[in-house]
Amino acid sequence: MDGTDGAPRFLLPSEIADAPGAEDWRSMYPYFTRFQPEDDQRFWFYNSMHFPEPMPAFDTITAEVPYSAIGANTARVFVFPTTLGIEHRIVNGRVYITAIPVLDDAEIGRRAAIFGERASYYYENWDALYEGWKVRMRSLIEQIESVTVPQLPEFEDASVVFESVGIAQNHYLRENFHKCIDLFSRMWHHHTEMLMLGYGAYVVFFQFCRQAFPEISDQTAARMVAGIDVIMYRPDDELRGLARLAVEAGVDDLFTEGCSPAGVLAALASRGESGQKWLSAFEQAREPWFNVSTGDGFYHHHRSWADDLTVPFAALPRYVAQVRSGALAARPTEELRAERERIASSYRSLLGSDEERAAFDQMLGLCRRVFPFVEDHKFYCEHWFTSQFFAKIREFGALLARFGVLADGEDIFQLHHTEIDQALSDVMLAWAAGGPPLGGAHWQPIVSSRKRMLAALKDWSPPPALGPVPEALNDPAVRMLWGVTQERIQAWLSPAADAVRGFGASSGVVEGPARVLMDVNQIGEIRDGEILVCPVTAPSWAPVFGKIKAAVSDIGGSMSHAAIVAREYGMPAVVGTGDATKRIRTGQRIRVDGDRGIVQVIG
Amino acid sequence: MTDVFVRRLAEVGSADAASAGGKAAGLGELTRAGIPVPPGYVVLAEAFGAALDASLVRSIADLPAGDVGAIAQAAAQVRERITSSPLPASVAAQITAAYAGLGLGVSVPVAVRSSATMEDSAVASFAGLQDTYLAVHGADAVLDAVRRCWASLYNDESVAYRRRLRLPEDGLAMGVVVQRMLRPRAAGVLFTRSPVTGDRSVVAIEGTWGLGSALVAGEVTPDRFTVSKVTGEITGRRIGAKLRLHSFKPNEPGISSSAMPVSLRGLPCLTDDEARALASVGRRVEEHYGTPQDIEWALLGDDPACPPLHGDPADRIRLLQSRPETVWAARERPPVATRKPRASDHVLAWLEKPL
Repeated sequence: MDGTDGAPRFLLPSEIADAPGAEDWRSMYPYFTRFQPEDDQRFWFYNSMHFPEPMPAFDTITAEVPYSAIGANTARVFVFPTTLGIEHRIVNGRVYITAIPVLDDAEIGRRAAIFGERASYYYENWDALYEGWKVRMRSLIEQIESVTVPQLPEFEDASVVFESVGIAQNHYLRENFHKCIDLFSRMWHHHTEMLMLGYGAYVVFFQFCRQAFPEISDQTAARMVAGIDVIMYRPDDELRGLARLAVEAGVDDLFTEGCSPAGVLAALASRGESGQKWLSAFEQAREPWFNVSTGDGFYHHHRSWADDLTVPFAALPRYVAQVRSGALAARPTEELRAERERIASSYRSLLGSDEERAAFDQMLGLCRRVFPFVEDHKFYCEHWFTSQFFAKIREFGALLARFGVLADGEDIFQLHHTEIDQALSDVMLAWAAGGPPLGGAHWQPIVSSRKRMLAALKDWSPPPALGPVPEALNDPAVRMLWGVTQERIQAWLSPAADAVRGFGASSGVVEGPARVLMDVNQIGEIRDGEILVCPVTAPSWAPVFGKIKAAVSDIGGSMSHAAIVAREYGMPAVVGTGDATKRIRTGQRIRVDGDRGIVQVIG
Repeated sequence: MTDVFVRRLAEVGSADAASAGGKAAGLGELTRAGIPVPPGYVVLAEAFGAALDASLVRSIADLPAGDVGAIAQAAAQVRERITSSPLPASVAAQITAAYAGLGLGVSVPVAVRSSATMEDSAVASFAGLQDTYLAVHGADAVLDAVRRCWASLYNDESVAYRRRLRLPEDGLAMGVVVQRMLRPRAAGVLFTRSPVTGDRSVVAIEGTWGLGSALVAGEVTPDRFTVSKVTGEITGRRIGAKLRLHSFKPNEPGISSSAMPVSLRGLPCLTDDEARALASVGRRVEEHYGTPQDIEWALLGDDPACPPLHGDPADRIRLLQSRPETVWAARERPPVATRKPRASDHVLAWLEKPL
């Protein structure tokens, strides 16, 4: 923000200077992601919830495609009355977004008539539609898994001739790459198909609670809605099961703090029947439950458990130790369910009239109807599908490396998907012509320069928001998902000098040493009793929750996943602080007050 | 059979308000609900009737409402007569015996407070201006304090008020509560709904170190705690600048106000567990009466400088008063929402009407 000329305000997009060492960052991103002069008139906020790091060129697809799908859903498909879609811009590698509101009353009315018909069809048939949705999503996952990357051998397979296929493999290079991109787009359309309506139901119930009980916290309202049997707990549950099995089978001695996954797996293979028993259970758990990203599915380098076993194997020794000491309890689902009902019925009884209670029942019922989708879609979409998607792109990268276009397969993620198109054309032509592709000289310097820029961009501190402060914020997604409210904006404008402020997402007060993790791959560094401070809270960090005393994040609302997990673990959490990872250093002693949403450095 | 002028608090309840007065009836009712109050007794309105010279007050009834000077003069005379006349022997004997019973024969400090029998709360609040005597020691001092409570019915404002509204002077009466004086670690007030927003799902607690009189007198900015009735979570916690400490000494009457020790000023006067225990007692009282309450509380324990005691804090809570909350009760709130044909209609309604 900028306080030099009177009242505090946010920088305008046009006032942002290029990050030192990354002055050419624009060359990484398509023209339609750049701030325009007229964008200075609008309020933008940094979407650090989904994009807590600078964007590698390929990874911008995780902004481009979702926003293409979300806006289509709200503006064109369901015709939300008061909001069109979300626009995004990239500056210094960071994604800023804004929602386009509908302000004209007549226009709102016209849209509302259409929205009413369309939305109620989904709300009223929710469960059946969700069943159909799961079938379609499983089919998309199967399709992405079955995409092949042509290997372009010296001679085509004989079948091309004897079965008169007539089409050579290089054709499929582009077709199959496009298939990946198209499937990713389809996945995101289905992702938003029910999600925005789901959030609508939440917002209305939360709004009701806040009016009827002005002092209720969002976290308490959320506890009335929270799902018990949601998929997000499953990967962690599988790990606990594997820990139990390790002890039962007598192979638990292999799971020690800091053990290497490859070492443990090799050792198990030589442990006879009990080793085999564990390994086969492991394989079973792995598919699909290890398709869980160590992030939120928005960056290629947030490898899934399936790709990088370090994360689950960092959690296993602790669970094994708990099994031995009898401390590993199953999730107390019945107690959780009973507590959820107790809270809901207590609030219900405090309402002023039976009419109010009837409305409460309707709204809470609707929230609970939409909840399984809202919670579980993430596993199907961001985790399972997206893990497979990145894995396929990686295979294309390996091919480009084999043909000398890239120095390393992983470098494919330094190219925008339209640039990959060009590189693939190059390889298709070269294979056909019999000469070498020209891409090595072209792309490799670009890739090196982009890697250097990304490293420089990591040091740039993105302001939480840009542009003029809006008078009203009524976009359901912006409020629910990103937790951007007037209060939040005011806090961004005048950050407290001594304390980090955010949303109290889970109550309680604790003190302990901070562990600041900027990257989910550092997850193994966490030690017992530390307080996790991270840019974004994500369900795939679940194993960490058994070790930490509290969680603090830069961004997130009271319905963000870690908020929910923290409440279930009964540990304090403060989310949406904006800049906790910048103001707190690993090793500092901090006090996390999950009731008031305050984090203080005390030593 | 001799007339009964004194009853133990445990022996009275809501039905006895006409004789015991509202405060005593309320304390008795709390005792019946199983909520601890300091041990004590009530000097019934009948004692006032037996002690008062009826002809003395009749003259007041004829005073013109606008004649402030005459009212002040007459009221002062009545007060003087009440405080200086000896009590009928049977009244004095019963009060003295009950007092002795409180301390098992030893002279203990007590609080003497008027317990108005009138329904009209405005009159009661006038009467409440000067009607509490804290740290009263010895039977004679108690008898004196009882007379002064009675006299407070005739303070200038109360008499002027009754004249303005042409309320009768006949049958005016008052009970007086005599209770063991507590030496609390902390004390204050609590509301079983938010005084700020009216939210019925929270209990709002204000408190300070030592006697609650410092808070009632406005000498401290109290600590404030907001506790969710549903989850028990402390949803608000603001530590006040508690600059004064009210306390009393073993053999000196009255309360002394001294500077709060610096080490205690910024220290919360309640632990979270204590705040939750208070909230839970508040809820029980609210449930007993079926309506939100405005409560005075005290928390027994060591000197504030000592660390909090172990054990269940609920065992150390005593209530000094509970009465219905009146401010929010008087406000009508339209329903936030009512039933709609379909649940999803609530979403449509909200989305069509932006904030």
